[in-house]
Amino acid sequence: MILTKAQYDEIAQCLVSVPPTRQSLRKLKQRFPRLVWESWEDFRMRSSSSRRYRAEPGASSRRSEHISSQSQATLLSIFSQEYQKHIKRTHAKHHTSEAIESYYQRYLDGVGKNGAAPVLLELANEVDYAPSLMARIILERFLQEHKETPPSKSVINSLLRDPSQIPDGVLANQVYQCIVNDCCYGPLVDCIKHAIGHEHEILLRDLLLEKNLSFLDEDQLRAKGYDKTPDFILQVPVAVEGHIIHWIESKASFGDECSHHAYLHDQFWSYWNRFGPGLVIYWYGFIQELDCNRERGILLKACFPTDIVTLCHGAAAP
Amino acid sequence: MAAVLESLLREEVSVAAAVRWIARSAQSSEEDAGEAAALRSLQPLRKEFVPFLLNFLREQSSRVVPQGPPTPAKAPGSSAALPGRPGGPPRGGRGARSQLFPPTESLSAAAEAPSARRGGRRRGAGPARERGGRGPGSLEEGVGAESLLWAGSRRPRAAGSPGSPSRARCDPPNLSNLEEFPPVGSVPPGGAGTRPSRRINPTPVSEERSLSKPKTCFTSPPISCVPGAQPSVLDSSPWGQGPAAGCRSLQEEREMLRKERSKQLQHSPVPACPTPEPGSTLPTRTGSLTAEPADPAKVSSRQRLELVALVYSACIAENLVPNLFLELFFVLQLLTARRMVAAKDSDLEPSPGVLDSLESPLFQSVHDCVFFAVQVLEHQFQVLSYLDKGTLKLLAENERLLCFSPALQGRLRAAYAGSVAKVSLAMPPSVQAVSFQPETDNRANFSSDRAFHTFKKQRDVFYEVLREWEDRHEEPGWDFEKGLGSRISFQFNQHLMDSLSLKIRELNSLVLPHPEPSDEDGESDVDWQGERRQFAVVLLSLRLLAKFLGFVAFLPYRGPEPPPARELQDSILALRSQVPPVLDVRALLQQGLRAHRAVLTVPWLVEFLSLADHIVPMLDYYRSIFTLLLHLHRSLVLSKDGEGEMCFLNKLLLLAVLGWLFQIPTVPEDLFFVEEGQVDVFEVDTKTSEHGLDGVPVVDQHLLYTCCPYIGELRKLLASWVSGSSGRSGGFVRKITPTTTTSLGALPLRTTQGLQAQLAQAFFHNQPPSLRRTVEFVAERIGSNCVKHIKATLVADLVRQAESLLQEQLVTQRQEGGDPGQLLEILCSQLCPHGAQALTQGREFCQKKSPGAVRALLPEETPAAVLSSAENIAVGLATEKACAWLSANITALIRREVKAAVSRMLRAQGPEPAVRGDRRGCSRACEHHAPLPSHLISEIKDVLSVAVGPRDPEEGVSPEHLEQLLGQLGQTLRCRQFLCPPAEQHLAKCSVELASLLVADQIPVLGPPTQHRLERGQARRLLHMLLSLWKDDFQVPVPLQLLLSPRNVGLLADTRPREWDLLLFLLRELVEKGLMGRKEIEACLDSLHEAQWPEDFAEELATLFNLFLAEPQVPEPQLRACELVQPNRGTVLAQS
Repeated sequence: MILTKAQYDEIAQCLVSVPPTRQSLRKLKQRFPRLVWESWEDFRMRSSSSRRYRAEPGASSRRSEHISSQSQATLLSIFSQEYQKHIKRTHAKHHTSEAIESYYQRYLDGVGKNGAAPVLLELANEVDYAPSLMARIILERFLQEHKETPPSKSVINSLLRDPSQIPDGVLANQVYQCIVNDCCYGPLVDCIKHAIGHEHEILLRDLLLEKNLSFLDEDQLRAKGYDKTPDFILQVPVAVEGHIIHWIESKASFGDECSHHAYLHDQFWSYWNRFGPGLVIYWYGFIQELDCNRERGILLKACFPTDIVTLCHGAAAP
Repeated sequence: MAAVLESLLREEVSVAAAVRWIARSAQSSEEDAGEAAALRSLQPLRKEFVPFLLNFLREQSSRVVPQGPPTPAKAPGSSAALPGRPGGPPRGGRGARSQLFPPTESLSAAAEAPSARRGGRRRGAGPARERGGRGPGSLEEGVGAESLLWAGSRRPRAAGSPGSPSRARCDPPNLSNLEEFPPVGSVPPGGAGTRPSRRINPTPVSEERSLSKPKTCFTSPPISCVPGAQPSVLDSSPWGQGPAAGCRSLQEEREMLRKERSKQLQHSPVPACPTPEPGSTLPTRTGSLTAEPADPAKVSSRQRLELVALVYSACIAENLVPNLFLELFFVLQLLTARRMVAAKDSDLEPSPGVLDSLESPLFQSVHDCVFFAVQVLEHQFQVLSYLDKGTLKLLAENERLLCFSPALQGRLRAAYAGSVAKVSLAMPPSVQAVSFQPETDNRANFSSDRAFHTFKKQRDVFYEVLREWEDRHEEPGWDFEKGLGSRISFQFNQHLMDSLSLKIRELNSLVLPHPEPSDEDGESDVDWQGERRQFAVVLLSLRLLAKFLGFVAFLPYRGPEPPPARELQDSILALRSQVPPVLDVRALLQQGLRAHRAVLTVPWLVEFLSLADHIVPMLDYYRSIFTLLLHLHRSLVLSKDGEGEMCFLNKLLLLAVLGWLFQIPTVPEDLFFVEEGQVDVFEVDTKTSEHGLDGVPVVDQHLLYTCCPYIGELRKLLASWVSGSSGRSGGFVRKITPTTTTSLGALPLRTTQGLQAQLAQAFFHNQPPSLRRTVEFVAERIGSNCVKHIKATLVADLVRQAESLLQEQLVTQRQEGGDPGQLLEILCSQLCPHGAQALTQGREFCQKKSPGAVRALLPEETPAAVLSSAENIAVGLATEKACAWLSANITALIRREVKAAVSRMLRAQGPEPAVRGDRRGCSRACEHHAPLPSHLISEIKDVLSVAVGPRDPEEGVSPEHLEQLLGQLGQTLRCRQFLCPPAEQHLAKCSVELASLLVADQIPVLGPPTQHRLERGQARRLLHMLLSLWKDDFQVPVPLQLLLSPRNVGLLADTRPREWDLLLFLLRELVEKGLMGRKEIEACLDSLHEAQWPEDFAEELATLFNLFLAEPQVPEPQLRACELVQPNRGTVLAQS
């Protein structure tokens, strides 16, 4: 799903101050049926075009269906990124000692009245902060009060991953509630994001294998000591839409301006500096205007390319 | 000075005493009174002796037509301006000089002081420096034009002090010879030591440079090839064209020169170089310049030559000459002199009675030259023996050397036979691309993460700046300075300097392992090779870093040359002395010397200093560094050997780099010959301590030649002697010489071999150049492939053998208990001897592969004889390359591979493989249709969040959806294509959470008519599905104990009425399926008591506990049946 910057801005406008909960997402999906629908179409087109290359049409369509069920995550991806930008902007104000004290007091008051009520979750929504992050603030504050030494980051993380270890039963439930209700932060969301990234790398690997394009993957590259490792380096470069491609990076997210620029700086240009031009696949689409570095060696696609030209081996080749 | 020499010749003074006198300022008690007296009178001249001697020798050899490299890259048309044009003095390193340190006063006196020339130079045109010297601000300079300056050289002021009694007795300048005419302005007496002059500047190692210009750093020989051959690069220079007033005598000289020159051309039948005269039809060098045979019987004054050779050798041995290798080159030029140019009659006239003085020429014939050269070489045998194998071979095969000193030849041949120092003179290819090279850019090659990170960053920072420039530079109003100036003029450079300094400090202080000196067996030698390689890597990196640091650090100070006038200098010096050094190199040098790590520190320091600007050596800080270096140079006496001495090759490397540094144009010329009386210099102690690097043989010939590629010029000189005249290209062409075509086995007769070499040479000579390139290319590739092939076949087989041997050993060892290190030794001792097969197999491989490749690459029409010769040469070269590598490395390689295999297998002994072996992938038939793990986590998360709430009234989950979800989970767990361990762990945890919610009946079911609870049967079915997933499909540990965590059990407390039967059911099933032990469950239930519960809940919990405990350990079938007919026990419990 490729959006113009104007379209993207319009969508982003609607996402301002929407809490990252299940309910909000449901409403957003109703509000942007076009987004969800078009991404479906996108994936269907992808499957039909790639079917030509596959020995096994059944397999490809089945696989793209799985992806398509995820394609609704395009909206989630955009929402999540916009929300993260929002949190980055406002993060600091929630971490002043005054703010922490006030939140903790409100939490204590709330659970004092009714421990079963979603006190922490509502507090987070009220002050426009991510529930998982609010849970972390309160948990940290709680542990400071109940332990002599300030809790280490790894202790906090482990308690957030498994709230049943939290010594206080009420807090454990409150924290758990925040985590399962948060669509943008928390250990579960992190795991989902990681899994999505991994799955798309596997998918890309399969597609490369199907196309008989030999490659070195990230692990092999790392083992060889490469300092910057794209997901795949092609052992023999190919041309995609007339552009030479040496490497392919899979991004299971929507390519918005902010993340794309960060990726360019931290990854894509570094790849170019070492390996030459390459291809980035934003599986959940990207802002059209960002695909402006084709001539300089960064090509963007929202799907696996169909227009691949490989090096011919002359008449002698089979 | 001549007086000293004459006293020597008259045997008034012994050589030893003379050298002592020269080398040390204080008189030694060993001298006898007569000698002391003779020398004392000459005391003020002491420091002038060496420059005098060197110049004397150059001057004496002026008529020698040397073997040697011709002029590189001539500027077309420039020759037109040569001798005929007044005021266009022929200059340039090769054409015009016979002296290394011309006695300038006498010369200028004779030539009536060409003041215009001198003045011109002084007035700042400085063309020699600008063109020939290191130009300001360029890392690439110093190769092309400057390479000519090997010969150009410097004139120490000391040599030209006025009033020396010897002046008049010096030979007048040989006006018959154009080269004799000092091309570069003579040194103004007493002037500041900053006169521009041509310098020897054999720029070492620079890959960048090797591309940009011909790499001929050393090719201008101390002896010029043929008079007038040098087209001046300066003829357009201001001083070249400005016939200043008072130049009449100069013009006269020119006239004489022209006459002399034409006379000379007539004398020598085959002029070696194209005529400089425009339109002239003088013969050009087309064929061989036959060498005059040298005969020991025809040597004119042996005794005198022996004496001078002795003094000269002693000076070399005491490091009194600035550049050891320059002297060796000079001596080899004498050895390989083709002929003597006929001298003026007067020169040949014997002066009776003064035969043994300096009045008669020292070298009267080629015989004299060769005799002298061989004498010196005999004294320098030790240094020679450390040269590379190729040079040794050429020396050992030199007929003149055999003829004049069979003993030396024998020693050289023995040294050659024992040498393993193969050094290729080919330069490594230039690295221009930025592509990532895993071999070098690897993290493993960096001493720390930080260094690696800095390295990574540099590449990216550079391109970032470049891209920004590309983007913005065409925008109106964008200004480089404003936009990027701050980052390049300051930030970027500062970052670079900081990074370089950091890296240099890091590497310089890197602890390099020392081998145990007692280990002399081959095995430890293997590791030792690795360590030596590591040292080489570190040293070369340091040199490169230091060069860049020097470049960047001194860049802002590089101004126009020549250096500023004296008045300005003081203020500049005052200013500059305020600037702290970019890196405290003096401290690092002092530390290096103290820690006996000079061999590591000095070479990079030299690189750093070589990029300094003219002011730097005048600054106190740097001056003290130079003084230290001079003392170090002097102290590195090669002949000193013994306990605690620096290793020979370490010394040789330091001498070579220091010698090079002393020839850099920016280093003041008087620096080397300056009186050593600097008081504040602490004694340089080259005695190595036990832990010093200096005492460890870290330098090998390869490293020496890599750092100082100009040493390879010695070999080229000798090779060109072997191959005769260099033919129409007239140059030092890299050839296939006997060194590369010889077989690895016993050497054939020398004469046969020489002939073979000439044949091979001749073979290529008349073939198109592409033939030679093809053969060399094929040999190179096949040789390399051969090594790879041996690795993949022979070595791999041996590793497999090692593995099976190890397997046996492990079985026996487990009973006896042994040490893995010992195991490795046993294996290696069994397998390494098989490495010998590598050579045979390697030969076969090259024999098999090379001819086909040559055939495929050469034109179809190549004549059969040519083809077969080309094939044979390719086979020979490829075999040599492969076998050289294999014989040196095969044992180490086998050892390394076996070691890796052993550690792999020993690791595999641990518990790890059992776990790994347990992991199943999906079946072969799997089409990977299962839902994606991320999708399932997300779906289950949704169910959990609906269950935990808060939720809208219309929200809920249908039982069908739950069943489908668990079904999908099963598919995903069985497919595994897209599954990664973290995702599986989360799925396991979520599934347990889901079970807890099912047990506590907390899942709101969506369905007609409204939200309600899940039916008991549905819940049991879902729990069964989960149990089977846990038992059969999860491959990560499932955190089942979470089912009994206070939080999850607490969920039951909220339900009314409380229903315990599902929990009890689940617990029984867990035990029955072996997913949890009874004891484990009991422990969990026990710990539940510790939590705070409502009183009634605690009671019910206790009842459940008792109920679970009451059940028999092994469930009986009838009990299960019994349990099934009482489905509502929990309810009953709750109601009771």
